Amino acid sequence: MCVVCGCSDPERAGSERTASDAGNGVDANANVTSPVSVDPVTGDLHYGAGAARVSVPGMSQERAIRLEADVLGENRRLAALNRAHFEGHGVTVFNLVSSPGSGKTTLLCATIEALHRRSPALPLAVIEGDQQTSNDADRIRATGAPAIQVNTGKGCHLDAQMVGEAFARLPLHTHRHGPRGGHPRHDHNHGHDSSHDHHHSHGTHEHAPSALLFIENVGNLVCPAMWDLGEHAKVVILSVTEGEDKPLKYPDMFAAARLMVLNKADLLPHLEFDVARCIEYARRVNPGIEVLLVSARSGDGMAAWIDWLLRTPATTMQPLVSPLAHA
Amino acid sequence: MHETSLAGGVLTVVEQAAAREHFCRVSTLHLEVGALAGVEVRALRFALEAIAPGTCLEGALLEIEETAGSAWCLDCNASVSISSRTENCPRCGGARLHPTGGTEIRVVDLIVHD
Repeated sequence: MCVVCGCSDPERAGSERTASDAGNGVDANANVTSPVSVDPVTGDLHYGAGAARVSVPGMSQERAIRLEADVLGENRRLAALNRAHFEGHGVTVFNLVSSPGSGKTTLLCATIEALHRRSPALPLAVIEGDQQTSNDADRIRATGAPAIQVNTGKGCHLDAQMVGEAFARLPLHTHRHGPRGGHPRHDHNHGHDSSHDHHHSHGTHEHAPSALLFIENVGNLVCPAMWDLGEHAKVVILSVTEGEDKPLKYPDMFAAARLMVLNKADLLPHLEFDVARCIEYARRVNPGIEVLLVSARSGDGMAAWIDWLLRTPATTMQPLVSPLAHA
Repeated sequence: MHETSLAGGVLTVVEQAAAREHFCRVSTLHLEVGALAGVEVRALRFALEAIAPGTCLEGALLEIEETAGSAWCLDCNASVSISSRTENCPRCGGARLHPTGGTEIRVVDLIVHD
């Protein structure tokens, strides 16, 4: 197409090119990026018609493109979709992050059992992230809660797309989509009492969630901090067998988390782990972080942890200090 | 380790721009990495060089600019510069800082060829 008048006459464009070539003595290939466009009728020269819209002597018609694009923008977009999807289904979502071996899966199994006792009608589900194996999902399924294992292969973290696809395969998802699609589910017999269903406070008042989804991220204290999955809150789990200075060593993760769970607290008498110092370090990187001392094995602190999970505000919780907050 | 994923994110952003703006080759890629973004610049450069062959980024000059971190100090109610999340306020020594800038990784601009 002619860049001057917009005509698409290849004959005219071709003859213009030939004329220009002959006049300048340059070869046809160079002319493709020539900065000047010649009006075939009047012979007027237009130096701003090239791709760069400007001509600089000695420079080819390369151009600068200003993007100002956030590299994590696509993940952020998908996470926002997940978040809207979760809220549409009334599901409160926690993203559990920690280093490998902190006891995430054991805590999760104990949590599911405690929630089953406390709120038998509350639907629960788990998305398990690991590089390989379905061992963790198998452990969760043994508790009776539905679980989807996501194997990331070489990946060091879950991303929003993985979580969106895993969520679509969970009963929590079909639970609400079911009635419209003629799904023969007994949705209204599912133990939701009516006072619960109609308790929409329109404010920031606390109310019990209508379903909980736990995402157990890949065991890694670095990378998962950066990928928003659409969760309502990140929970960082640190076992007291690890160093109390982990919040200083891996500040991004502790800065991104809403709650720090100090797990394996039953082992404290055998260790030199300084709980107060650990909390001080965590608050240094995240002044608003909440802290709970829990032992999944002995059950100590589990009641407070279950309270915390059920106390989720109706509005999406954002970490007080997000490592990737828009400036 | 997540720098490989970030490099993939950079490539996605550039390829989307290539489809939109109709260019084939990038000669200069200008990135901005905040001091508080949790990104190791050397690892990011390595990852970008590793994925570039066969893409429009092949042979591109990588300009990676590290931008300063900034934070709001809750104790002295002022915006201060910090270079890591574990630093205390340079004015009052307080630890209650909220990062406000230097937390992102961005593709700023590109020099491209048709």
